[in-house]
Amino acid sequence: MAIKETMTINVGPQHPSTHGVLQLILELDGETVVKAVPHVGFLHRGVEKLAEYRSYHKALPLTDRLDYLAPMSNNLGYVLAVEKLLGITDALPQRAKVIRVMLAEITRIKSHLVWLATHALDIGAMTVFLYCFREREMIMDLYEKVSGARMTSNYFRVGGLSLDLPAGFEQDVKAFIDAMPGHIDTYEGLLTGNAIWQRRTKGIGHISAAAAIDIGLTGPALRCSGVDWDLRRDNPYSGYEEYDFKVITREGGDTFDRYTARLDEMRESCKIIQQCLDRLEAGPVLADVPWVCLPPKKDVLTSIEALIHQFKIVTEGFKPEPGEIYQGIEAPKGELGYYLISDGSANPYRMKIRPPSFVNLQALPQMIEGALLADVIATIGTLDIVLGEIDR
Amino acid sequence: MSQAVVAKLKQEYPAAVVDVVEHRGETTVTVKKEDIVTVCTYLKNEAGYNFLCDLCGVDYLGVEPRFMVVYNLYNIATKERLRLKAAVTEQNCCIDTVTGVWSTANWHERECWDMFGIRFNHHPDLRRILMPADWVGYPLRKDYPLQGPDRQPYQGRLS
Repeated sequence: MAIKETMTINVGPQHPSTHGVLQLILELDGETVVKAVPHVGFLHRGVEKLAEYRSYHKALPLTDRLDYLAPMSNNLGYVLAVEKLLGITDALPQRAKVIRVMLAEITRIKSHLVWLATHALDIGAMTVFLYCFREREMIMDLYEKVSGARMTSNYFRVGGLSLDLPAGFEQDVKAFIDAMPGHIDTYEGLLTGNAIWQRRTKGIGHISAAAAIDIGLTGPALRCSGVDWDLRRDNPYSGYEEYDFKVITREGGDTFDRYTARLDEMRESCKIIQQCLDRLEAGPVLADVPWVCLPPKKDVLTSIEALIHQFKIVTEGFKPEPGEIYQGIEAPKGELGYYLISDGSANPYRMKIRPPSFVNLQALPQMIEGALLADVIATIGTLDIVLGEIDR
Repeated sequence: MSQAVVAKLKQEYPAAVVDVVEHRGETTVTVKKEDIVTVCTYLKNEAGYNFLCDLCGVDYLGVEPRFMVVYNLYNIATKERLRLKAAVTEQNCCIDTVTGVWSTANWHERECWDMFGIRFNHHPDLRRILMPADWVGYPLRKDYPLQGPDRQPYQGRLS
């Protein structure tokens, strides 16, 4: 008589394939997963609590430490939320909006590059990892030029941008988006037709549209189950309605579909960035809303009024009228939402972040139960999680 | 559009709807906590709010009732948002789970329990999620110190 016995094994929190400090308790029957229980929270820093104790401007640097692979997207979601809370969304200058979109799309490519690099590495394709990080380095250079930092950008401000673009930045972006489609073709050449890649990804980690909506999947993971929903098109923000781009969807809902879709999303992002470059016109990058935005530095150094103005905003902050808003954006990994409550003081009364990875990870158990242990690694990779924003 | 949904909701469950607020073009409907599952089921099945974006708690320390549980809903077909709120008192700090309506509520409710100590009745797996299992206290409550328990508040830099 065969003995039916399961074995419990522990994966993580220190494991290269869990993409950070994720712990999985897996119950295995042979090599088949019977039950999976994820444990998160190892990176919990209390960002929501910290935000309650600082003014709106000062809470901004907390946000790019959430999804540290897509810092500008996090900043964008936050500043849009605060602007909505203040009711100054319409006051934003066109140039600031275009630059925000451009950098958000560069960030999408950056995030997708790390996803592809680590996902391919997990499955055994090491060369792709090196290629992706080579291209990511170009984006890091762009980040450094524009914000002074490679990861914690903190470049956007409530009401616009901290500074205008540095000289020659447009040419660098142009060089990057001209080169990028060729690089994406290289990744495709290495992976898409590769028999090992196909057998490791096709039919793996499948999830149906109804199940995906029920469990709250968003972003590429949801679109690959056949749900045509992209916040950039459906609830446009920062002027996305003016851009021409395709929302990439797939019907299969497996790991291979999510791979091809993300590659296509990178191509679409390149097209959006090109449109941004075409739209860039000279102009201010900060809204003319003196009770929210800092005065130009030149004025601060030469006029007492501007100095007092800067002093008041830095020390007191601004006070939105009491109310609450929710702002969702299409971050690279899915819907990133900020729910802000103002009580009329200079600090947010409550800031709730809806991180896409947190909700997407919730789908992991149902995607891997019944699959093989090796497919668990492929499925974690395809969900594209970042523990920094899961644990906050 | 969301006004029409709110009007219908009021018509359907006049006793459940406590308050409706509009702010910056967003609608917030406060309902009685006893009716939360009924209202959510109605909104999902009849009004098309098939997606639960977010669920969280808010602590209004000093106000009675002290807590609010907030549900941010989304309708994928019409691309519309609606916010539901239900008040929870400190003495009877519990509300029914909506995991039966949207299974995504599972982790959100665990987080709410973890951070605010709001219990979700009939939740399938109500454990702490971000804090360690043996943690004492609920960090996002307003009377929980920022620096953590048993520690001196930050005094600022000395130099």
